[in-house]
Amino acid sequence: MSDAATLDAKSEKKAKVKQITVVQGLNAAIDEAMAADEGVILLGEDVGAKQGGGVFKVSSGLSEKYGDHRIRATPISEQAIMGACVGAALAGMRPIAEIMLMNFVTVAMDQIVNHAAKLRFMSGGQTNVPMVIRTTTGVGVGFGGQHSDMLEAWFAHVPGLKIVTPSNAADAKGLMRSAIECNDPVIFIENILCYGLKSDDPGVDYRVPLGKAAIAREGTDVTLITYGRTVLDALEVAETLDGEGVSVEVIDLRTIAPYDEATVTASVRKTGRAVVLHEAVRAYGTGAEIASRLHEALFNELKAPVQRIGGAFSAVPMASVLEQAWIPNKDEIAGAIRTTMEWKR
Amino acid sequence: MTIDREKLLDIYTRTMRVARFDEKMRSLLMSGKLATIYYTMRGQELVTSAMMAALNQDDYLVTTYRGQHDQIAKGVPLDLLIAEIAGRVTGTCKGKGGSMHITHPATGVMVTTGVVGSGLPIANGLALSSQNRKDGKVTVTCFGDGATNIGAFHEAMNMAQLYKLPVIFLCQNNRYGEHTAFADHTKVDSIVTRAAAYGMKGVKVDGNDAVAMYQVAKEAVDRARAGEGPTLIEAMCYRMMGHFFGADFSYMPPEHIEEMKAEDPLPKLNALMLEHQFQQTELDAIVAGLEAELEAAVEFAFASAYPDADEIRKDVFEEEIAA
Repeated sequence: MSDAATLDAKSEKKAKVKQITVVQGLNAAIDEAMAADEGVILLGEDVGAKQGGGVFKVSSGLSEKYGDHRIRATPISEQAIMGACVGAALAGMRPIAEIMLMNFVTVAMDQIVNHAAKLRFMSGGQTNVPMVIRTTTGVGVGFGGQHSDMLEAWFAHVPGLKIVTPSNAADAKGLMRSAIECNDPVIFIENILCYGLKSDDPGVDYRVPLGKAAIAREGTDVTLITYGRTVLDALEVAETLDGEGVSVEVIDLRTIAPYDEATVTASVRKTGRAVVLHEAVRAYGTGAEIASRLHEALFNELKAPVQRIGGAFSAVPMASVLEQAWIPNKDEIAGAIRTTMEWKR
Repeated sequence: MTIDREKLLDIYTRTMRVARFDEKMRSLLMSGKLATIYYTMRGQELVTSAMMAALNQDDYLVTTYRGQHDQIAKGVPLDLLIAEIAGRVTGTCKGKGGSMHITHPATGVMVTTGVVGSGLPIANGLALSSQNRKDGKVTVTCFGDGATNIGAFHEAMNMAQLYKLPVIFLCQNNRYGEHTAFADHTKVDSIVTRAAAYGMKGVKVDGNDAVAMYQVAKEAVDRARAGEGPTLIEAMCYRMMGHFFGADFSYMPPEHIEEMKAEDPLPKLNALMLEHQFQQTELDAIVAGLEAELEAAVEFAFASAYPDADEIRKDVFEEEIAA
């Protein structure tokens, strides 16, 4: 976690500092970027004042301030939204595409994968695509199979894309500002369940660099690597295990790709044990890549094989009982950590 | 309709530069001196030349894999273009793009896509940037009749009209989508009728009639520059060869082949030039000049080096990928 961000209660200090939610952090970052650069524009469904400032209110107040030509409410046309952002970015603007839910990026994959990601390379560096693709998702609210997926592994597999996801309001603000200023396309994944989380306000012009993981909690026995909403679960489990005498270091990747290999490898070199946790389906997930890289780098130093935890291999179910069975839970996380602790060669 | 002689000569020169290039490419491919995928535009040289003659050099173009005529007519230098197609480091894209991905911002060629229909949404974005910046630029996107049945076409047409973007959708209706004849892939008689579905102005024109094509192009450009919104132009033409160079086109019925031979834009344009009091010797001299330019371009391309292997790590992101 960034210096300014705190998820746990440091209550005596908290009372004096202004708090912001993730939604407010995102809104402020976009607002500040739009004020600083005429080229920053936002395209998406329902994003203008006439539509109430977006389904999740992230763009609330912005069309009033910057006009409908910069906050463009669009038809339900994800290919057209994404293509328009690619084109505007090629012309040197810094567009933000809001794709309301991550599953809807599937209708715009051609523009993301064949165009946004590749045009810098295919043009030999003559053009570039400085755009942000904002999208939200999340398991745990009963939205079912087509409104809940975490699809970061698909994008991490595509050369040319950066993938970012915040776990708290301060990082949401700082990462968004950096994503807008990045000269390459950034997929910015938000989590519906995190929108209301509060952090101390890190202030104006706050930036969190892309590609830098945060040590969300220091520990010495095992490294728990995660990102997004599951950082909250990871921190809770770490506290619980502390009581059992297991010291867990929690890493919040913040940028999923390019992956901060230096920070993660250094941590695992120290602890000798690692567990990778993500909300996305476990099979073929980013956890597989991270585990593989750790095995390649630290095979002789590891005290146990790297464990992976992720969603079940099915569509995300609707019924709460099934949804809770699908999603990685705290017992599973604690179990995986104990497995690495008890591993005998 | 009339056209001034200077503009006509401009269109002629662009058309013949495309035509000489295409013939040269086919000869290089036939002889084995060049081995690459190449989508010949034989039969579509004039359509695009008349369109590009109505634009400024800094206007934007988005085209497709069958787009070498569009790029040349827009002004991409032949030497950089041929070097790119030949995979040389001196090419427009350092040999990393090839014929399907030509980019040359200096002449406004912002994207060449190998995916049917994908250029239209991107053209909207370029046009949107011009609208916001009030820079007066117009964006043209070229595509074939085959692209008009993919979702991106419809999404882009609706958005362009919704925002009144300064964009021109130039459908070069060459009557075939890959191997499938127009009537076998589309139920309406004309693509242009679809403009009405988006409240957009649509114009159908004989793309092999230089005067008519230029007039339609000019009017669409003027409308776009004046902030009056997009136009869909359906320019009728023929694809006189297979889908890609070397591909079989025996599926074209003999009567279609006869019809397209009769409508070949190159002899038609030559006749038009003579009608406008140009001398054949004058035209031959222009073509001879183009031949010399082309020979020098080919020589430049083949004398150029191939890119270094470490180019793979460059241009993926702004920062180079570590070795």
